Amino acid sequence: MKHLLSATDFTHDEAVAMLDLAEDMAEVNDREVKKLPTLRGKTVVNLFFEDSTRTRISFELAAKRLSADVINFAAKGSSLSKGESLKDTAQTLEAMGADAIVIRHSSSGSAFRLAHTDWVDSSIINAGDGSHEHPTQALLDAMTIRQSFGKNVRGKDLKGVKVLIVGDIAHSRVARSNLILLKTLGAEVHVCGPATLTPGSLVGTQQVHYLLDEALREVAPDVVMMLRVQQERMSASFFPTEREYSRVWGLNKSRLLTVNPTTIVLHPGPMNRGLEIDAASADSKNSRVLDQVKNGVSVRMAVLYSLLSGEKNNA
Amino acid sequence: MPRNYLLKGATNLTGNTVDVLIEDGRITSKPSKAVEHEVIDCAGLRVLPGFVDLHTHLREPGFEQSETVASGSRSAAAGGFTAIHAMANTFPVADTAGVVEQVARLGEDTGLVFVQPIGAVTVGLKGEQLAELGAMAQSKARVRIFSDDGYCVHDPALMRRALEYVKAFDGVIAQHAQEPRLTVNAQMNEGALSAKLGLAGWPAVAEEAIISRDLMLTELTSSRLHVCHVSTAGSVELIRQAKLRGVKVSAEVTPHHLLLTEDLAESYDPLYKVNPPLRKLSDVEALRSGLIDGTIDVIATDHAPHPKEAKDTDWASAAFGMVGLEAAYSIAQQVLIDSGSSSFERLAEVLSTNAAQISGLSDQATYLRVGEKANLTLVDPNLKISVAPKTHSMSENNPYSGRDFKGGVVHTIYDGEFSYRNRNIVERSAI
Repeated sequence: MKHLLSATDFTHDEAVAMLDLAEDMAEVNDREVKKLPTLRGKTVVNLFFEDSTRTRISFELAAKRLSADVINFAAKGSSLSKGESLKDTAQTLEAMGADAIVIRHSSSGSAFRLAHTDWVDSSIINAGDGSHEHPTQALLDAMTIRQSFGKNVRGKDLKGVKVLIVGDIAHSRVARSNLILLKTLGAEVHVCGPATLTPGSLVGTQQVHYLLDEALREVAPDVVMMLRVQQERMSASFFPTEREYSRVWGLNKSRLLTVNPTTIVLHPGPMNRGLEIDAASADSKNSRVLDQVKNGVSVRMAVLYSLLSGEKNNA
Repeated sequence: MPRNYLLKGATNLTGNTVDVLIEDGRITSKPSKAVEHEVIDCAGLRVLPGFVDLHTHLREPGFEQSETVASGSRSAAAGGFTAIHAMANTFPVADTAGVVEQVARLGEDTGLVFVQPIGAVTVGLKGEQLAELGAMAQSKARVRIFSDDGYCVHDPALMRRALEYVKAFDGVIAQHAQEPRLTVNAQMNEGALSAKLGLAGWPAVAEEAIISRDLMLTELTSSRLHVCHVSTAGSVELIRQAKLRGVKVSAEVTPHHLLLTEDLAESYDPLYKVNPPLRKLSDVEALRSGLIDGTIDVIATDHAPHPKEAKDTDWASAAFGMVGLEAAYSIAQQVLIDSGSSSFERLAEVLSTNAAQISGLSDQATYLRVGEKANLTLVDPNLKISVAPKTHSMSENNPYSGRDFKGGVVHTIYDGEFSYRNRNIVERSAI
């Protein structure tokens, strides 16, 4: 593998192996000295055309724990048009010696474009492209779900696990990558949200549910993944008000009582507390939000390691 | 000084071998004794009426880094066109008599193809106020087709007025059918693929809703409507039904919508980004059927050159459009002839006769009629072409690059003189 652009880049076995590698990395993160010398001398550039402090810090930490040099480049607000800055900025950074470019961009396909043009030779890691994909998020979600099985999870997939993704599926790169990766790993994935935001073609109409109460009852999910609601969706009439959204699709204390006690709750963050998730649910024993953050560093270490250590030229 | 030619042994539309005499720029039946004719061996070539494109973006004035009237004329000659219609979305916009006359004059100066300007429907293409349509119609550029192409005349009251107003000079409104509110930031055909790729969808209904409305307005006003770049199966059916009830509507389809499908967007290569977007195979099939059965009247290129930087970016930032003048014939042959579904007579209608009629160009599509100006295209249906990115256009946003085509233009004769000969441009200054 030279690039990580999409959750479709993984076969079942490759995905399991990547999760296992992430578990190895997690052990490093629990040591006193949280550092491996593996990527010493390599340069990783975080090229962020959109604000995302969390994802950027997670990648930065992952690279640093593998001893790579890290440059953060926040291109947002640059006077150049987005298009010009994508090619020119990537070339500029590569000219400075980047081995990997971690890219976050508002335009779907931008990571794919960087990888498939002759603009740059670096490894490209998609850290979120428009409404398209966010594959490392799917990996960290899968890792978190797998850990809920208990100890000795190495080699296991997610066969039979029922996952319900709730919210704006249509515009969510998190949902897209998860739908692909979780299915690759054998999970049964359902989505729930207003009909304006849940395109059936992505999941199959059988797996689309319009009302959360119904979905929780019918699916009896092992995992409930709440997506962040973007304010601009409301102004574009995808749903009427925050109040109504919260009432129908928000996860709250009373809804949490209707699910199996072992059901876990995920959220990619940052949470709109009181909108798609209330404080009681976010802080409940079902919540794995902080595990997700922790696992994010581990999976990103695993990805950087896979792409940049010796096997680099196998692609 | 016009030369005299004898096109020897060409095959005409109905399949007969003919000798075509051109004297003093016109078709003649008998050679004059006093003149000598240069004999051109046309064995194996089909002689067709010179092609007429209803939809060409020449970019001049204003966007000369993409194309000029001169470079676009060369590309047109190489594509077998003897007349092209220059779209109004230049800078300044072709919304006054002055601008349309300037474009027409640039066309005359190059002299490789008849350049007929299209006038904007509304001032600055803004869709707010009618442009001076009468002044453009009565100008030296003799505009008959008006279009805000690139933008839809979406205000129904304004569209109604435009349709009514152009009746005074037998004008026609060429509508870019795109409901703007249904296509905010739209990037590609809406469907399962756009959902997968995370690109904002351009639903078929955004085209069909405007066409439905415009067909009703055209009926109400007894005016003439031309629908630009029809792209969906639903649109074809709406136009088919309207024609059955006598609505004066004509429609065009682009070469790319006859050949290419939305799955090319999976590459995220903006070479395939075009407006209206590439659709599904079922749409392509419906467009082909509509072209064959007469629902769609013309193939129009929507030749839309863009400089490299406009496409060398991510998908969303890239410009819409692709070049098409030089691929149009090969695609028409593939769709109509090589498929076994139609004939060279129909091909001549959709690439020449119908467009000339819609625009009222009396010197075009006269074919081999004695006494008329010679505007002819000679094609070799067996010619093998490997398409390179570079054509005679200044721009290389060529979606056919790397493809192999069968059938191509060998000679183009415009106004009695070669503009393209043995697949080479013949500059007017060289004659």
